[in-house]
Amino acid sequence: MTLLITVFAAIITTVVWYNRKDDNMKLGILMFMFWGASLMWLVDAIFEYAELKAEYFNPAIKDMLNDAFLGLCVVALALVIWLVRLLVTDPKGSVKRALKKEEI
Amino acid sequence: MACFTVSAAEAVIVTMAKKAEVKKEARELTEGRTETKSAKIPLSVKLTWLRNMLLGGSVLLLFEHIWHGEIVPWFPFLTAMSNSADMVEMLKEMATVGVSMALLITFTWGIMCVCAEAILKREAKKPAQNSEN
Repeated sequence: MTLLITVFAAIITTVVWYNRKDDNMKLGILMFMFWGASLMWLVDAIFEYAELKAEYFNPAIKDMLNDAFLGLCVVALALVIWLVRLLVTDPKGSVKRALKKEEI
Repeated sequence: MACFTVSAAEAVIVTMAKKAEVKKEARELTEGRTETKSAKIPLSVKLTWLRNMLLGGSVLLLFEHIWHGEIVPWFPFLTAMSNSADMVEMLKEMATVGVSMALLITFTWGIMCVCAEAILKREAKKPAQNSEN
């Protein structure tokens, strides 16, 4: 479930990145983060499948819910990391402009 | 258990390689040796893609390990380090799952670089073909 949620997040981010108007949103970092994690969890899933065989596709509801919750938390963490980086690098100068306004 | 550490270690090495490459490219730019390579994607940019994938993936997997209680905020940080049996299992997992993760990301990055170069080449050919017609 975590893998599935991360893959969907990666696909959505890639589509948004492809339709971007400029590079100000720094979506590339978010995209790479999700794809990197997706590939890593894919390997994890392959090894788990090799161990559990068909049982891998019949997880307990409790485990599935926990994995889904983890997946959502992972997406939230990635978004927070991206947002902090966006605000710190401030490519559009929005933060700088807002801070200057406060000074005036 | 600690499979993500292999990718994290590779990310550190890639970051160092990227820094060295940026310096090399800056030196080449000042010496005016980059004109022939202008149609190519600089290696430093490609290394940034790899670093972002490795580091991003490692950070998110680190969170997963904290979630599952495999990483704790006190020494030795990895719960598997508490006894030798778990430690052996952890090292085995790093050697199999961890190395496979790093290899798959690097392989995907390689394909990505080849595709990116092919797209650039195709774009460079287009105006030439248009002018021929």
